[in-house]
Amino acid sequence: MHAIEKLLAKKAGKQSVNTGEIVNCYIDMAGINDLYLQTIRSFFEMGAKKVYDPSKVIMFLDHYAPASTIQQAQNQKEFREFCWDQGIDLLMDIDQGVCHQVLADKGLAYPGEIVVITDSHTTTHGAFGAFGTGVGATDLAIILVTGKLWFRVPEIVKINFEGVPPKGVYAKDMILHAIGELGADFAVYKAVEFSGSALKHLSISERMAMCNMSTEMGAKTSYIQPDEITMEFLEKKVTKEYEIFHTDEDFKYEEEVTFDITNLKPQIAAPFSVDNVFDVSEFIGQEIDQAYLGSCTGGRADDIAIAAKILKDKKVAPRTRFVIVPASKGVFLEAMENGDVQTLVTAGATFVTPGCAACLGTHQGMLTSGERCITTTNRNFPGRMGEVSAKIFLGSPAAVAAAALEGKIVDPTDYTN
Amino acid sequence: MEKRISGKVFLFGKNVDTDQIYPGRFVEYTDVEDIKKYAMHGADEKFIEKVNNGDIIIAGTNFGCGSSREHAAITLKAAGVGVVLAESFARIFYRNAINLGLPAIICPGISSLVKDNENLTVDLEKGIVSNENGKIASIEPFSEYVLNILEHGGIKELIKKQLKKENNE
Repeated sequence: MHAIEKLLAKKAGKQSVNTGEIVNCYIDMAGINDLYLQTIRSFFEMGAKKVYDPSKVIMFLDHYAPASTIQQAQNQKEFREFCWDQGIDLLMDIDQGVCHQVLADKGLAYPGEIVVITDSHTTTHGAFGAFGTGVGATDLAIILVTGKLWFRVPEIVKINFEGVPPKGVYAKDMILHAIGELGADFAVYKAVEFSGSALKHLSISERMAMCNMSTEMGAKTSYIQPDEITMEFLEKKVTKEYEIFHTDEDFKYEEEVTFDITNLKPQIAAPFSVDNVFDVSEFIGQEIDQAYLGSCTGGRADDIAIAAKILKDKKVAPRTRFVIVPASKGVFLEAMENGDVQTLVTAGATFVTPGCAACLGTHQGMLTSGERCITTTNRNFPGRMGEVSAKIFLGSPAAVAAAALEGKIVDPTDYTN
Repeated sequence: MEKRISGKVFLFGKNVDTDQIYPGRFVEYTDVEDIKKYAMHGADEKFIEKVNNGDIIIAGTNFGCGSSREHAAITLKAAGVGVVLAESFARIFYRNAINLGLPAIICPGISSLVKDNENLTVDLEKGIVSNENGKIASIEPFSEYVLNILEHGGIKELIKKQLKKENNE
């Protein structure tokens, strides 16, 4: 069996599971975010009164942090009251940041865990050897009621990245390249394991970006086998006991794909789909109205540090705005401590409080018609960050920061060392 | 659940994402009457004026990719869409649709077999899709698990029933 199958079997109270089988698993951590008041509505509509196990529920007020409209304020009020009434102590209010980063910061993402959040990017937690998957509001409400959720045991595909990442190339470039080659529906319903020699060169932050983006190829979940890089992170953060599962040597993957990244160039996903991927050279000189660095994909302290290095003692281009949204409070504090916030604000960047902000086109950095934005986020669909004709280019933190500096898309290789 | 759905086709391409089905800036709405107004708004702002009860959405692969927002399924159901036939679905959309009692059916090649705006009948029991000239495609039967949810009109009713049963025992 694969490590993911062993994990699902354990949580379903079974010795083994088979691909395609429906299993009912106990959920270690169920997260709700503030987009989906429907979760609470569905909970009561099903006739439930008490949450099955409040200690395994976490509420994130992250997508509308802080509220920009009366409706958002009302929704958040109802979420808080639900937590207080139900004894849910893990209420992550508007100061905390994006759900996935908050889980990592607080040591609540760990190997062998099943984490289900009302957020499609829950695949992020594969970076810790957890089984993370996103669901809708009513599915999450079922966990609130029963403590369990059904899953179809997925086919598992393996994507290997081999080689040493060249200068100016990050995990974001690697995963965009893979999505471009394989397509936005390559892994629909499937689990994706990332492996290969290149992973030894990726920090936890980079691995989170990679696993996070696996949802953009349709993946149900992603997985990186915990290694010394994982352990170093876990030892600092996680106090809970956990179990690391290992894949049997004779396990047969449904498919295995290998990318040699030795000569990979920085990548850009052009409008209007995430699999519309090219070498950055195709877009050099493309003028940019807004550069955006943030989100659960590309808003970590390492990403902000890359931007600070590029913009140190320099200025954001006069006709370009540079919006930076730290993914969490922990990220924001670290970036302040490093002096990166000072550097970037001096250079002309605009900081937004930790949260999802304009990544999903709700507030704090929206685009109007005809505007072009380069961003470290995860989606470039029509209307994703505002008006439907606005063009969104996805790239690495270095590609975004270098574009902010020049006011146009450039090859970030020339700006990194 | 309606076993036989007849209506007008709204034909879409592949990778229709949740921002096209229900743009992010409207996700704060919680009342179904508000949510209904923005069905397919990111792809066709006039969709809600044109759609009638029982109409059918046909799409290519990966329909509903992107966000986990249940609004995408809520808005289509509330707008009156009777069934969505696509060559494949993004998994969260699929779960959301079934949970709400909106039939979402995988039908390989369907988007090249139908014309936008034509009248179509989907017979869920017989597993047949037909237009005015007769049968054009077959659909796979739902799995037992999915059928059970759809026959209860959605998973909420099913769980409600289970809870009642447990409380009585």
